[in-house]
Amino acid sequence: MLFTSYQFIGFVILLVALYYVLPKKAKWPLLLLGSYVFYFFAGWKFLFYIAGVTVITYVAALLISRNKNRADARFAELKALEKSGEGAPEECGKEARKRYKESQKKKRRRIMGVGITIALLILAVVKYTNFTIHNINGLLSAFGSSQRIGFLTIALPMGISFYTFQAVSYVIDVYRERHEAQKNFFKYALFVGFFPQLVQGPISRYGDLAKELFTPHPFNGRVLERGLERVIWGYFKKVVIADRILTAVNTMIDTPENYKGVYVFLVMMFYALELYADFTGGIDITIGIAEMLGIPMKENFERPFFSKNIAEYWRRWHITMGTWFTDYIFYPISVSGPMLKLGKWSRKHLGEKVGKRIPVYLASFIVWFTTGIWHGASWNFIVWGLGNFVVIMISQELEPLYRRFHKRFHTDGSTTYKTFQVGRTVLLMSALRLFDCYRDVPLTFKMFGTMFTTWNWKSFGNGTLLELGLVRSDYVILGLGTILLIVVSMIGRSGSVRDKMEKKIPFAGRWAIFYVLTLVIIVFGAYGLGYDAAQFIYNQF
Amino acid sequence: MDELIAILQEIHPDVDYETATNLVDGKILDSFDIISLVGEIADKFDVVISAEHMIPENFNSAQALWNLILTLEDDD
Amino acid sequence: MSEEQNTRKNKCKRVALVLALLVLSALLTYAVDLLLRPKYMGEVTEGALTAEYYQAKGRHQVLFVGDCEVYENFSTVQLWREFGINSFIRGGAQQLVWQSYYLLEDALRYETPDVVVFNVLSLMYNEPQNEAYNRMALDGMRWNSSKWNAIKASMCEDENMIDYIFPILRYHSRWNELTSEDFKYWFTKDTVSFNGYYLRTEIMPAGEMPPARPLADPKFGDYAMAYLDLMTELCQEKGIKLVLIKSPSLYPHWYEEWDEQMVEYAKAHDLLYINMLNIAESEIGIDYNVDTYDAGLHMNVTGAEKCASFLGKILVEKYGITSARGDKKLEAYWAEVEKRYDEAKNA
Repeated sequence: MLFTSYQFIGFVILLVALYYVLPKKAKWPLLLLGSYVFYFFAGWKFLFYIAGVTVITYVAALLISRNKNRADARFAELKALEKSGEGAPEECGKEARKRYKESQKKKRRRIMGVGITIALLILAVVKYTNFTIHNINGLLSAFGSSQRIGFLTIALPMGISFYTFQAVSYVIDVYRERHEAQKNFFKYALFVGFFPQLVQGPISRYGDLAKELFTPHPFNGRVLERGLERVIWGYFKKVVIADRILTAVNTMIDTPENYKGVYVFLVMMFYALELYADFTGGIDITIGIAEMLGIPMKENFERPFFSKNIAEYWRRWHITMGTWFTDYIFYPISVSGPMLKLGKWSRKHLGEKVGKRIPVYLASFIVWFTTGIWHGASWNFIVWGLGNFVVIMISQELEPLYRRFHKRFHTDGSTTYKTFQVGRTVLLMSALRLFDCYRDVPLTFKMFGTMFTTWNWKSFGNGTLLELGLVRSDYVILGLGTILLIVVSMIGRSGSVRDKMEKKIPFAGRWAIFYVLTLVIIVFGAYGLGYDAAQFIYNQF
Repeated sequence: MDELIAILQEIHPDVDYETATNLVDGKILDSFDIISLVGEIADKFDVVISAEHMIPENFNSAQALWNLILTLEDDD
Repeated sequence: MSEEQNTRKNKCKRVALVLALLVLSALLTYAVDLLLRPKYMGEVTEGALTAEYYQAKGRHQVLFVGDCEVYENFSTVQLWREFGINSFIRGGAQQLVWQSYYLLEDALRYETPDVVVFNVLSLMYNEPQNEAYNRMALDGMRWNSSKWNAIKASMCEDENMIDYIFPILRYHSRWNELTSEDFKYWFTKDTVSFNGYYLRTEIMPAGEMPPARPLADPKFGDYAMAYLDLMTELCQEKGIKLVLIKSPSLYPHWYEEWDEQMVEYAKAHDLLYINMLNIAESEIGIDYNVDTYDAGLHMNVTGAEKCASFLGKILVEKYGITSARGDKKLEAYWAEVEKRYDEAKNA
């Protein structure tokens, strides 16, 4: 069930209606049932994966939680025994208690390790087996062997990268004592499988989402309106903009030999727009649906293209993924014992300045490598991830240079300079995204190179743009749509656009605005017969 | 506490750590700073700040960080 | 007024406002929907045929159902002029058997004719064929269970019921193809057919037809035949005489094996089956050099008049259909149709 399918829209209407009609007790079970129905439509076999991951992480967290409670009780008991002088001598004293505590923590750590390893292993097997085989075969042929390993036929279960990450973060957070483990299996299953976020995130944390998920929300017209507004806006981005420009992007990347030079630049810009409209639109639909049910969700984007640099961009694009990698990969690695030792060593031997960078850069490298491969099992994504790493590192290293430049020319904070920064972010990110587009890494580099060697700027004037599968009126729609996106983004800089509308525009006026927007989606949307049902780009990850 | 402030000052000399309460949220400390801070603290105070303590609330002010060190030291 | 009353009043006001806005939005959307639908007025006028049935006057003594071999090959005006027969053709381009069945079922909600004439060529199709033809046949139907079932029976793989319920979902992409015709016929349409007859005046002599390819399976498909059975049953139930015909079009090729099956079917169900192809020249008087507008595939107006004369005689002689003349209203209606007909014929 794609977000853009009639079935999905019907499904959501039915679910929201039922949610408010059903008695309090039945509300969250309805969401669980709905989520599994939704997932069933993606393929009944996939249910085993999500159920499996849910069971494993549920049990692991419960064991951790139980151990913690037992250990705490025993710890208090030991203390009391010592106080009353009845404690066994080897169990007395602060040191002994500390040892006990640590041994128990180690136990919990092991449980956590087993739990998340199994969950991640499932993800790894379905996602990376064929990629690994492919690479091994490459090596075999490089060494002159004619042996080849056959590929497995595993379909990637929808959303597995997302729900596995949610489940893993839940186990770690229980271990870290951020919150208790959920005893009710079905409630936990709802957290892992809550349907709007299954397709493409956001990657929610149990601590943020769970409470609202289980709270029965009574009907509230205002909440419903706001959720619906967001859903409509999401569909506008997805159906009117992303799915329309997709045609041109695909034309250019399907036969790259015909579209060199300036077309690569076009691919860059078009794909950036497509991905932005597709992904943020999808997230708007997700968050909007949750909002209609009275469930607030974490934001996943914060006008990312207005960022001053790539590091900032990554704090504002796909936020829940970024923080996931920071909290569960970057920090654990960078503050681990060996890493701290490495830091100490490097500072001593390479000097304070260089030395302190080594562990952070190493950890960043690992984070960006995993980020890349998480996006997809291909070298394109790995190189893309590492490309981000390189750009961030370089900009970090250039920081002093920038500072000196600003001091001298007093450019810091000026509008011109800010515009330059935003333009630079857009160009850099769009260039890196070329790895999403072309078949393999060498081709991507080659195509990127043609931008500087093939000077075919005339193509803009001679009507070739109209041979990309879009007609003049499509470009008009895209242009107007993009302007609307930018304007709404600008208004959003000083706070929620919907808040502002609610304050300034009466209900009938808001209705009119969103009615027109809906009509625009229906009429100008790129859907239905004659249009390919474009899957959400992030769906495959 | 003074020792901690000294470490912090080494990283960013121009910040008033007695009053600042948004070191992370205000983006004064970046991940480089935080990581080297953890290393320094491990050296000077002999406590292990592990990943589970890596939340902004623990690093937003010198006082918060100091409290964290105290709890880690006196783990009873 | 108490506070409680006040909030209740506010609530009522709110609900009223929402309802009013909903109605307004629906109306506006419907208007846009109408604008975006294909009008089938200047070009591809076949698409307008289905809807025109509801505008016709009087009880039809004879109803035709079938594909282009009925709506292009029988002049309803000739039937009226020569025999006083009030007839209507519920035919459409590549109208499939199930569509003919449901269009008949739909028509029988409004009237009970004496004779139903079904052209059997479409039995060669045993499954949904083409979305565009489906839309032309079905969009013009009024909503009832017949339409619903007709759509269900006709949908191709990539089609969706909801596209029929809300045609705007299907035709929205016409926004950049809108012409002045779409605005001219936004809310009202002209009548393009003559009681379902689609008039053509050009002449193009029939030439050599491509050789008939051997049939993989000479038997008509089960799905198609099931609907013919339904049609037979429906007519029997309502006391209507069903006549099966094979119209005198030269292409698509009408195979011996198919003809035999029809002869047998007619015998088994006590129906009249007329293969007009065999007797086109000898008895009907068709001259394939002048009576067809597209080299033998379809009749032009002279051919359609000959076919109508031939069939009309049988209807009168065999089924005792009498002239409907004398009904002032009906005569006035037909006078109008005849006027248009003669204009178009002599244009």
